[in-house]
Amino acid sequence: MQAFELTQLAHELLVDYADFIDSEKFDDWLGLFSEDARYDVIPRENLEQGLRVSLILCSNKAQLRDRINALREANEYNLHYDRHLVSSVKAKMTEHGVVEISANYAVFQTNLEGQSKLFSVGRYQDLARLEKGRLVLFEKKVIVDTFSVPTLLATPL
Amino acid sequence: MSQTQTVKVNWPRNDFSRIPFWLYHDKDVYQLEQDRIFKGAAWSYVGLEAELPNPGDFRTTYVGETSVILQRTQDGSIHAMVNRCAHRGAKVRREIRGNASEHICIYHRWCYSDTGELTGVPFLRGIKGQGGMGKDFKTKDHGLQQLRVAVHAGVIFVTFSTKTEPLEDYLGPVFTSHLSRIFNRPVRVLGYQRQRIAGNWKLYLENQRDTYHGSLLHEFQSTFGTSRATQSGGVTMDSSQRHNLTYARAGTDSDEEFKTLYKENKVHESKLSLEDPSMIRNIGEFDDGISLAICGLFPNSTIHQIGNSLATRQLRTFGPDEFELYWTLFGYEDDSDEMTEHRLSQANMVGPAGLISMEDGEAIEITHRATKTESHSACSVVEMGGAGPIVNLEHRVNDIAVRGFWSGYAKMMDFAPMEL
Repeated sequence: MQAFELTQLAHELLVDYADFIDSEKFDDWLGLFSEDARYDVIPRENLEQGLRVSLILCSNKAQLRDRINALREANEYNLHYDRHLVSSVKAKMTEHGVVEISANYAVFQTNLEGQSKLFSVGRYQDLARLEKGRLVLFEKKVIVDTFSVPTLLATPL
Repeated sequence: MSQTQTVKVNWPRNDFSRIPFWLYHDKDVYQLEQDRIFKGAAWSYVGLEAELPNPGDFRTTYVGETSVILQRTQDGSIHAMVNRCAHRGAKVRREIRGNASEHICIYHRWCYSDTGELTGVPFLRGIKGQGGMGKDFKTKDHGLQQLRVAVHAGVIFVTFSTKTEPLEDYLGPVFTSHLSRIFNRPVRVLGYQRQRIAGNWKLYLENQRDTYHGSLLHEFQSTFGTSRATQSGGVTMDSSQRHNLTYARAGTDSDEEFKTLYKENKVHESKLSLEDPSMIRNIGEFDDGISLAICGLFPNSTIHQIGNSLATRQLRTFGPDEFELYWTLFGYEDDSDEMTEHRLSQANMVGPAGLISMEDGEAIEITHRATKTESHSACSVVEMGGAGPIVNLEHRVNDIAVRGFWSGYAKMMDFAPMEL
């Protein structure tokens, strides 16, 4: 596969990823992950100190489904709309058929009164596999620059 | 603002069962809190010895809104000093952490030792007899402002005041022994979480002392039995009623009892179940059977044990309308790899994205916003568990420690109503 084709696939994956969260299609969003997927939202300050505490850590897809289920059924949070902007997408095929993807993200939140503010900015460092012509995420690492989280973090980044 | 500033508080009752809303919003009150509490006769939590393992290690932290350098010196002792140059008031150390034997202000390169003495002033005596500081300027008079430091079981506290009683007396026997219980052997910091909440800091201290909300706001918590009002537990305060320990024992109620009672009280009937319940498993590690202990230490910290999640939460104020929670998650040095993984998994339950804690951020913000424009007389109602005398209780269907907080607060602020 040509490098530009891989980057195009990675771009499509991340566009879907962002769109599914922003439009609250969480089942479609879960569909982007493999069954063994790991989802990790980690503060940049921890990563830089070699510390492992995350904000959200799901070690398998069952835990990721539980997180979405809790979001729907149990957790109370600030009512808002999310809007993701994803840029600077890079993709690289490694020797073992693993595709390394990186990108920058920004998430704006808009409250029900129509006021928007920057909620989170950071970086994605993902691992994916090519399956039937599309990329499937098996590791999503969200490195959060805005690690002093405003209010709370409920919807996935 | 001077210390002599007088603020009159219109308490409608003298048992702190009514709190005027303006106290959360008033700028003068906020400034007085900095002077009388954070810079007053209180011990503030600033960190753990485990965060400064080596000589020269420093961290910048906060006491209220004041930036403070916490330093382990070459002789192994811990010093704390205000992070503000004695010259023109610039912040000296801008990094969050590091290792250094001196601190140099970038503005005019004034240099301080690791204990805060002024050791270098460029062109102190001028150049070729011209300029320089006045002849009577003595460097020894211009060090960084020092704070008193006290350490209990590896937990570091500081105070600005020479009048603050010894730390153990300030905490009282229940809270010194609770710290010894949690910090019973060397700990290892696993990482940090931070949360910026657009609300008044006192709303968080109340929240930590309000056991009534725990199983109502945090549905995840009641559903999986992390904390329910039906479990055995209680609320204990110190003699000044400023500090609070809320505790519970998992497994002391039945799922049926919980479901029936919560349904009768028209609380949500949970539809939640977990596909992978490994996270909520509680591995017993304390002989007293307590599985949940939320320990609020006035004025700026919470030490929590929620199952196997252990953390300190330091509160940093940023004006009357904003504060930061700085969560330090830790385990023990002798934890097995499996236990460390379990604690990292349970980090999902706490912090800004915590399955059982995220709601607090929203609850505080909606309270802060909705009370901002309230008239001088409007009050919150605090009498779950009864009004009147403030006492320790062997149940958790109460918010009595909220009144305890206000009683201790009012005394320190010189706001106390008559006849108390």
